[in-house]
Amino acid sequence: MTDRPLTQNLRPDGSPVWLADYEANGGYQGLRRVLTDSTPEACQQVVKDARLRGRGGAGFPTGMKWSFVPMGEKAGLGPKYLIANADEMEPGTFKDRIILEQDPHQLIEGMILAAYAIQADVAYIFLRGEYTVAAQRVAAAIKECYVAGYLGQDIRGSGYSLELHLHRSAGRYICGEETALINALEGKRANPRPKPPFPQVSGLWGRPTIVNNVETLCNITHILTRGADWYQSLGLGADSGTKLFGASGNVKTPGVWELPMGTPIREILENHAGGMHDGYQLRGFLPGGGSTDFLTPDHLDLAMDYDVIGKAGSRMGTGTMIVLDDRHCPIGMVRNLARFFAHESCGFCTPCRDGIPWIVQLLDRFEQGLATEEDLALLEEKARFIGGIGNTHCALAPGAMEPVLSALKYFREDFEQHISGRGCRYQSLGRGH
Amino acid sequence: MTDLDVIPTLSPEEIAEIEHEVALIPRRDSAAIDALMIVQRHRGWVSDSSLKAIAALLEMSPEELDGIATFYNLIYRQPVGEQVILFCDSVSCWLRNGDGVKEKLSELLGIDYGQTTADGRYTLIPVPCLGACDRAPVMMVGDDLHTHLDDCDLASLLTCEANHD
Repeated sequence: MTDRPLTQNLRPDGSPVWLADYEANGGYQGLRRVLTDSTPEACQQVVKDARLRGRGGAGFPTGMKWSFVPMGEKAGLGPKYLIANADEMEPGTFKDRIILEQDPHQLIEGMILAAYAIQADVAYIFLRGEYTVAAQRVAAAIKECYVAGYLGQDIRGSGYSLELHLHRSAGRYICGEETALINALEGKRANPRPKPPFPQVSGLWGRPTIVNNVETLCNITHILTRGADWYQSLGLGADSGTKLFGASGNVKTPGVWELPMGTPIREILENHAGGMHDGYQLRGFLPGGGSTDFLTPDHLDLAMDYDVIGKAGSRMGTGTMIVLDDRHCPIGMVRNLARFFAHESCGFCTPCRDGIPWIVQLLDRFEQGLATEEDLALLEEKARFIGGIGNTHCALAPGAMEPVLSALKYFREDFEQHISGRGCRYQSLGRGH
Repeated sequence: MTDLDVIPTLSPEEIAEIEHEVALIPRRDSAAIDALMIVQRHRGWVSDSSLKAIAALLEMSPEELDGIATFYNLIYRQPVGEQVILFCDSVSCWLRNGDGVKEKLSELLGIDYGQTTADGRYTLIPVPCLGACDRAPVMMVGDDLHTHLDDCDLASLLTCEANHD
């Protein structure tokens, strides 16, 4: 049986694992050992050696991210911060929810250890407002930790102290961007900040801050207790560890599964997701949420590794796949996503604020049967411009254009058919838009 | 009337909850979002007079606070019904007949997005992906997530929701 560290505590009925059971499963033993036996620098080195990459979507090496935090006297006066990004809002992504609802102590233990590694004084869990069950359970788990002495002053006699607060967000997808999240925590509008300065140097209230995804932080405890070599050995290919993969859409058994990094897409979609519903054929899929490029059935044998998916022209993203079938219009799907991104633009920069709605209008013309060849050319030109890295203030607009541009590449005949057929042939199936 | 005179528009309980948040952070105005959410929890929404009172309490301008309040989709600057229905209109629900369910729901309640039922019971609002895509289509009624809506009887779901208050 392969190790499944992230989901080993989860129960079939989905009920939460409270402190006593978490400890009975070995929880917080790693924390006690690391806080007494290991230095922050040694912890950072193990995470680097493990080659953990951020699980929120960008895949940035976690150890490297931490290494930019000033340590000791270099940090200057005042607190340092660690933030768990629990603002799961990427369309089609539902992986962090299961940890937050069912195993909140796994996140908290990982956070305490991550905070120790960067010597943070205060930590926040930035939780999306709609995760109401998670809010209750995470808050209760934090209380248990304060009572048990895992949080607060002088944690278990280690001399290390950490305060942990839960912040419930008031909405907006852009809060998932780390500098926007920091602005939201400061009570401001969640416009992303220019970088540099990077949050590691000047983040929350101008102090050194690390923002990590929930799943990333959950990995920390396992890496620090079982070592970098063990963690690397979990992956099937170049990348280390396991990953919470998922699938939604018209597959037989949508869900989330913890599988080794490098698991072939075919295994995820055919074995775990059970293949397509009867009467539906696979046309394509977004491998890691709504802001990743389409891949097609030709890519089914690729491994879900960051670089493999990158080379195929898409991104691993959050690892939760959205599956397009042959009874839904690719343009309708892309239009749904573009409307989402248009709505969620923070409004700060023009190409994003005004450009994405323009893309929506053009896609509307296709669905309404009004589109011409000129519209198709315009759509492609504008999507390339809006999606160009460096043309916008943050990565929202480039992410928004990934499904559009890849649909133009793989589903070109659908765009042509909408022009020549003056409308959407899928609408007869009731699934046009 | 000075700015500070508007603070008693808020209840002592609301002020205490806001001050609790303020005590945890380095700047008063950093509690802006928490304060708006606290008042909304007590009153259902944030009126102009509440907004002015919160701004005075946090020593910031009402204009700046309104810029924040109107940025966030879960802060309501207009009255809402007793229960807010957040209906997921994102991609995985769309693939699972979310639009069809939304039409049925609108018909049942007699309202479209942004509207409140005549009896003041429900307000219907679209919401980005609720992170329950394996159980699509989904919506929230108040604090409760409802899943697999394509197979469910919406009328009895809403009746249960009404009873369960």
